[in-house]
Amino acid sequence: MKKLLASFVLLILITLGSTSVLAQSGGELHFCLRSEPKTLNPLLAADDASETIRYLTGGVLVRVNRFTQDLEPGLATSWKVTNGGKTITFQLRDGLRFSDGTSFSADDVTYTMQQLMDPALHSPTGDAFRSSEGKVETQVLPKNRVRITFPAPIAGLDRLFDQVAVMSAKSPQKEMAVLGPYYVGENKAGSYLILKRNPNYWEKDSAGRPLPYIESVRLDIQQNRDIEMLRLTRGEIHFINSLDAEYFDKLVSQDPSMAHDAGASLDSEEMWFNQVASSPLPSYKKAWFSSTNFRRAISEAINREDMARIVFRGHARPAVGPVSPANKFWFNAKLQAHPFDQKSALQRLAQDGFHLQDGVLHDHDGHAVEFSVITNAGNKYRERMATMIQQDLSGVGIKLNVVTLDFPSLIERITRTFDYEACLLGLVNDELDPNAQMTVWLSSADSHQWNPSQKTPATVWEAEIDKLMRAQASTLDPKKRKEDFDKVQEIAWQQEPFIYLVNKNALSAVSPAVRNVHPVVLRPQVYWNIDQLSLSGEVARNR
Amino acid sequence: MAPKGLTRPAIWNASRRGIDTLSALPKLAGKILITVLIGGFLGATLVRLAPGFGVDEEELDARLSVRSLQALRETRASDSNLFVFYSRYLNRLLHGDLGNSRTLQRPVLQLVAERLPETLKSVALGLALGWSAGFLLAVAIVMSRAWYLDLLTSLLVGALLCLPAAVLALLFVLAQAPARLLLGLVVFPKIFRYSRNLLARSSGLPHVLTARAKGLGNMRVLVWHILPTAAPQLLALLGVTVSFAFTAAIPMEALCDLPGIGQLAWKAALGRDVALLVNLTMIVTLVTLVANSASDLIGRTFRTREA
Amino acid sequence: MKWARTTAIVFLLAVSAACLLANVIAPASYAHQFRAEPNASASRQHLLGTDDLGRDRFSRVLYGTRVSLLLAPAAALLSSLMAAFIGGIAGFAGGWVERFVMAGTDLFLSLPWLFLLITVRALLPLNVSPIVSVLITFAMLGCLGWAGAARIICADARALSQSDFILLARASGSCGFRLLWRHLVPNLKPVLYAQFWISVPVFILTEANLGILGLGVAEPLPSWGSLLRELEGFSTIAGQAWQLVPLILFILVVSSFHLVLTKEELPV
Repeated sequence: MKKLLASFVLLILITLGSTSVLAQSGGELHFCLRSEPKTLNPLLAADDASETIRYLTGGVLVRVNRFTQDLEPGLATSWKVTNGGKTITFQLRDGLRFSDGTSFSADDVTYTMQQLMDPALHSPTGDAFRSSEGKVETQVLPKNRVRITFPAPIAGLDRLFDQVAVMSAKSPQKEMAVLGPYYVGENKAGSYLILKRNPNYWEKDSAGRPLPYIESVRLDIQQNRDIEMLRLTRGEIHFINSLDAEYFDKLVSQDPSMAHDAGASLDSEEMWFNQVASSPLPSYKKAWFSSTNFRRAISEAINREDMARIVFRGHARPAVGPVSPANKFWFNAKLQAHPFDQKSALQRLAQDGFHLQDGVLHDHDGHAVEFSVITNAGNKYRERMATMIQQDLSGVGIKLNVVTLDFPSLIERITRTFDYEACLLGLVNDELDPNAQMTVWLSSADSHQWNPSQKTPATVWEAEIDKLMRAQASTLDPKKRKEDFDKVQEIAWQQEPFIYLVNKNALSAVSPAVRNVHPVVLRPQVYWNIDQLSLSGEVARNR
Repeated sequence: MAPKGLTRPAIWNASRRGIDTLSALPKLAGKILITVLIGGFLGATLVRLAPGFGVDEEELDARLSVRSLQALRETRASDSNLFVFYSRYLNRLLHGDLGNSRTLQRPVLQLVAERLPETLKSVALGLALGWSAGFLLAVAIVMSRAWYLDLLTSLLVGALLCLPAAVLALLFVLAQAPARLLLGLVVFPKIFRYSRNLLARSSGLPHVLTARAKGLGNMRVLVWHILPTAAPQLLALLGVTVSFAFTAAIPMEALCDLPGIGQLAWKAALGRDVALLVNLTMIVTLVTLVANSASDLIGRTFRTREA
Repeated sequence: MKWARTTAIVFLLAVSAACLLANVIAPASYAHQFRAEPNASASRQHLLGTDDLGRDRFSRVLYGTRVSLLLAPAAALLSSLMAAFIGGIAGFAGGWVERFVMAGTDLFLSLPWLFLLITVRALLPLNVSPIVSVLITFAMLGCLGWAGAARIICADARALSQSDFILLARASGSCGFRLLWRHLVPNLKPVLYAQFWISVPVFILTEANLGILGLGVAEPLPSWGSLLRELEGFSTIAGQAWQLVPLILFILVVSSFHLVLTKEELPV
């Protein structure tokens, strides 16, 4: 009797267990890409769509867990950074295979690094490793280990490998043979891509079941956000990875369980003045823009709270500096966002000889203060922000002209001709480590937007920032690095070369049919754990 | 007075003109080819002179090293000399190579081969819908002489002209209607308005009034007296709507994410992809010229004298 | 139809008067942001609610109508006149003149003029006033929008040039410009009216779409195009019918133009 009962219970358990297996496996996850991927070569992925494909198909040595923000083993079971940050040694997993069955070994890592660091490739991922001139040496060691040595130390070296998808040295499929959870099964140009489950994916769940659970992923090319939203509410797609604030509010009113606000993202919106000495601006305007008092006054005249509340419908917060509060370790918590204080702004301007005359601000030479701000056309949030700044600055007698330009025209002005006065753009931060912002803060760098490619630092504070950024990049001690970078943030806060406006929240929308979703602030916000997502409704249809 | 329209001698004359037309085809083909090449060159010029040529969004990637940035700029600079670019392009064209798209990093020939059929389907469907609805409505209004129908249709056409394409696209998605039909709604107002006015004018001509007075039925009056008079203009309209449909396909495909050459043109414009734009300009020029030339040639057979 | 035409005339006059007296009628400046009331519903204070930045929509409709009602018909008139001139002369002259002009027209139709618009915008100083910027945009649209109609007008002019009344006019001694102006052009009116009537809404919508490329009206100046761009977030405006008022006004004005211009009744 007892045996019978035990068998019966066992049978029930097995049935339930197998049901749960069935409930978690299979189905097609469906979401949209905002543009067509420019390349399927993971080493050249630079646009959002290509990076999505890389994330879903690429196997990496180590993976940043987007939820905990910690580094986790991937194709490597362990790693060690030595030689002052110049060398990293990986212990690779045994017995892995690419999606086409080709075996994975240290030779593949060597091959990938050779390709990545090839100067003729000009890979942005590869350039992130380029700390100085010199060759990168990769050595295959016994017991399935590989050692990579760089010519100079690289701060945060191990985390950079999260972006490096290992390619096969031997496979005839070249970059199409992958180690990630999916491989590209079908690609209809301009229309959609279908990624199919990699049968050789190495990862298994805690019960030993092979991952990923979802059989395939369909990515539709959909630029129109309104249509994308409509398709989500209709159940045609399963999630929207990055949702606009107005759609978020609409979704909350319809089905709050689908709307997710993960809090402040790493991205920021900012404005800066053109401080390039050789720009074709009149000298009195150059004098305005290079004055710290002027920049601080403009910053104080802008109402960031209103911007966050109105433009982003409360799903943003006033920005403090180059680091978002979401970046818990690197954010300088001593700093606060500049308050909205037009009286203080006028006092600062008065220090530089500005004065109000019939409600119009004039400089000490009598020029009425009027300038333009350029931003990229078609981005309604930036257009609205610029319009709000226009009204705010009219409160201190400044006339601001809002000029929206198509993106190539804007890029030409800010990188080539320098024929602009102020610019409003956003900074997209995928990395937590401040080393990723090196080319923004170094005065000699091209991305030092307000005055790029300086032969020598134009100001004392820029020289100080150069020193601090180089110092933090040359040490592995996180405490020392944090100290240095905190100082950079303080200088940026005081001098305001960038007038940081807001940090947007990471908003996403997910259908209840998708299980095990935990939206986060790091990209990709929703599908960062793609191999562990499962679908409930899809299974019912597949049966 | 003899009724105007197609009589037997008129048909024989039309046949003779048709034969003359066929013999002029090789000359016409030559003119079309030269015009297409000029169109390509002018299109390349417009792109080259536009601001933002030679820059790339990738330049804002903070990860790029100085060397990579320089290399990126140098690859763009290779297209900057217009004459060199165009002569290289023509040389490649003779070997069947349309060049490489910088924005999509694929051969232009492949992109066009994949996408042109989609656009042709949309354009064909759009024109069929636009012409059948627009022309038939115009005919119905002119023949019925119903002022209320004229007013209502004009209001509908006005509303369609005033609706932004983005809203129309969304309405289609809401109604789960195929997005291709959107182009039909875009060309329909133009076709209706011109057809209605042309047919209304033709139906007021003395020979038509005479035909009606003599007791000819509506269908006979329409086919033998009104249509032949308005035919040259209607055929010109047909040619124009073909090219209009092609250019209207650009924003429509961009809005509805249809993978046609319109979507390609939009991306190429935003990326200043001169290789892709030159080819697309030439395709649009070719289609425009062929459509308009065909309508001209056919129109010549219908030239009749008005009273 | 007379009553319809009369109603249309009265409506157009009322709209014109309202936008000319916008300074008096509008409850607020078109630029003023009521930041405590973004996306407000229609109320006594804000007859058509407020937009995303808290600006009174009714005021913006009044001022926007001023910009669009003046400039779009002017641009449409320009394109119609250019089409009449070029198409008319080509069709009337015939022969190699017609072939050459029509080949040029076809070429014109095919070129990506978007880049010219972008280039012109780039040549303008960044601090150019919004009204100058929009004037130039509409002027360019007028100069670029003639080609399609020119073809049809050419075919029409060609057909008319062989008609009996033209023959009679020639026989009476009329020739050249006089023949063109007094006899041909009046008979081209149906096509010209069609071209004008279609161009007005097309140019207004084109101005709105050009905003995606940074052309068109600059903030804070409103236009119908910028007001209609609010509808692009169509799914977010469900249940806010007052946001459709600019679109309804636009449709009514365009329809009224048609009724006023179409003096020709359907023949009975």
